[in-house]
Amino acid sequence: MTEVAVVAFAQAPNVRRTHGTTNGVEMLVPIFDEVYTRTGLSKADIGFWCSGSSDYLAGRAFSFISAVDAIGAFPPIHESHVEMDAAWALYEAWLKIRMGEVDTALVYGFGKSSAGDLRRVLSLQLDPYTVAPLWPDSVSIAALQARLGLESGRWTEKDLAEVAARSRRDATGNPRAQFGGETDVAALLDADPVADPLRRHDIAPVTDGAAVIVLASAERARDLADRPAVIGGIEHRIDTPSLGARDLTTSPSTRLAGEAVGTDGVEVAELHAPFTHQELIVRDELGLGDAVRINPSGGTLTGNPMFSAGLARIGEAAQRILDGEATRTLGHATSGPALQQNLVTVLERG
Amino acid sequence: MPEQPLSAPLDIGFDYTRSVGPVLGRFMTALAQRRVLGVRGSDGRVHVPPVEYDPGTAEPLDELVDVAAEGTVVSWSWTADPLPGQPVQRPFAWALIRLDGADTALLHAVDTGGEPTSVRSGQRVRIRWADEPVGHIRDIAYFVPVTDPPADAAPTAPAPPAATSPEPGTGDDTASVDTVITPVHLNYTHSASLEESRYLRALADGRLLGQRCPACGKVYIPPRGACPTCGVPTTDEVELPDTGIVTTFCIVNVPFLGQRIKPPYVGAYILLDGADIPFLHLVLGCEVSEVRMGMRVRAAWKPRDEWSTTLENIAHFEPTGEADAPYASYAHHL
Repeated sequence: MTEVAVVAFAQAPNVRRTHGTTNGVEMLVPIFDEVYTRTGLSKADIGFWCSGSSDYLAGRAFSFISAVDAIGAFPPIHESHVEMDAAWALYEAWLKIRMGEVDTALVYGFGKSSAGDLRRVLSLQLDPYTVAPLWPDSVSIAALQARLGLESGRWTEKDLAEVAARSRRDATGNPRAQFGGETDVAALLDADPVADPLRRHDIAPVTDGAAVIVLASAERARDLADRPAVIGGIEHRIDTPSLGARDLTTSPSTRLAGEAVGTDGVEVAELHAPFTHQELIVRDELGLGDAVRINPSGGTLTGNPMFSAGLARIGEAAQRILDGEATRTLGHATSGPALQQNLVTVLERG
Repeated sequence: MPEQPLSAPLDIGFDYTRSVGPVLGRFMTALAQRRVLGVRGSDGRVHVPPVEYDPGTAEPLDELVDVAAEGTVVSWSWTADPLPGQPVQRPFAWALIRLDGADTALLHAVDTGGEPTSVRSGQRVRIRWADEPVGHIRDIAYFVPVTDPPADAAPTAPAPPAATSPEPGTGDDTASVDTVITPVHLNYTHSASLEESRYLRALADGRLLGQRCPACGKVYIPPRGACPTCGVPTTDEVELPDTGIVTTFCIVNVPFLGQRIKPPYVGAYILLDGADIPFLHLVLGCEVSEVRMGMRVRAAWKPRDEWSTTLENIAHFEPTGEADAPYASYAHHL
């Protein structure tokens, strides 16, 4: 079957609030231009388009339709959409190329998280009979998960603050990160909790943003990038939606997806962890040792554009190969509450 | 100060009405009677709240068992500022609670009278029932510590409506619950694009402002920000007249909720002179039977003191009496 490679990645600046619309056009047009310039492709060369976004962020039905304006969809295009992080749109596009239907695909995700009250909006992804009617917000659910790990000795508050400090330090090298800088772990731990036991630094910021990845068959990819990042494996798994029925300090779906793609020899991993303790869970389930460089971009804790943050992790992992800095990297994306659903991809120098 | 786009509150709401099926139906029915049921899984574990299929084996489950209204806190987090709709409307704890007789934990609120130091893992808590249970998860108003519960009742979010009433006159409170109603209200700030904002501000001055695509030359009103054909930003502004033609139309004969005009009346696509995309508006001022494709129309503006940033400044379009546009002149806009 056809091998598939990432040939270009771009993302909009991660910002707390854009003046743009919820249809994302203002964020998407410039980053589409970036990947067209880098690959020499034009819209007419793209065989398949696939996006990830959510009407719940926009507060409007079929909001993703307006985003198609950013493409210039005439003559008509071959297009699809997932109401999930665009990492899952990338999976669909990967299948299209694997099956030989097309040899190029453009995948994009976007979201204006600031339009509503994000943590409250996200409670509507929960079970609509017994959980969502209580409006438990995303931060509180993550806090329940964090406490289980703290009280079982699985991690300490200092472990969590160290994840935050490393992320912020690394983000200083990422011009598109929402914030970054040197921080002192002790100073972070001095802050009061905002959702006990979570402190501000444990929680990813609210972020407006967008990201785009261009995929091509391995054969086509050689003409589009000097060092295409070949997708060596991509798998996704899901755990039960019943929060109280699983051990929240583990993520079996991440472990199974990781085992299916094989994580040995990975040099760099970009993990989609909107809370500090979730990075520790994912890292452990994927068997990533101390030698693996985690989130050199600063990760989701320094910019969490809903519905494109997972795609951006794959993009950042691919970029290390496109730039010639690494030969085997890993991108992870999550969806749902408390790491319910997870996608893992391994990228390799072609 | 740079030009700011227009924005406005967008408040949406809907009462989600869901049928619950046999397993959750029995759970909801029991809640209305102030009892809690769990379901026995393939491995013998009791799930509360009940699941319809075993998370491990996917086997359909239907053995419901009573569990206690008292249990143990497995984990908790503190909410200093409750959000709208959350069960307790003063500082409270979210908790995963394993009820006695259950093997999984239920997510719900624990009220400690607003006191964060009064909650801990391992704590014993019990249900405080709603005053008038209706067969809904919110019939569990919240939990309180078994030892030293708060002296006063917690303020709570408005209770959900009952989906089914007992048969009149029967006093039957054992009727089975087959539906739950959950009102959902969300609040957004909706922003117009800069291009739309200029268009809307121009309308407040009685002007019609479109944009021309620099690549294909097409004129869009309202302006789109990006040409949907070419995918390039549209930058050149074009002021358009308030005259044009009907490209296509329909006669509305059906009454509906919120209708402002008595049927029959005409909704039409209006293509302004010089524009390349029509918009939907009303055609009044003639018999509905006289409206036709290619008919020349002009905007009928509301009085100037009623104008604001909206296309509603134009009350409707009406015939000018000029000769119709030939079909070939607008066929490509259909």
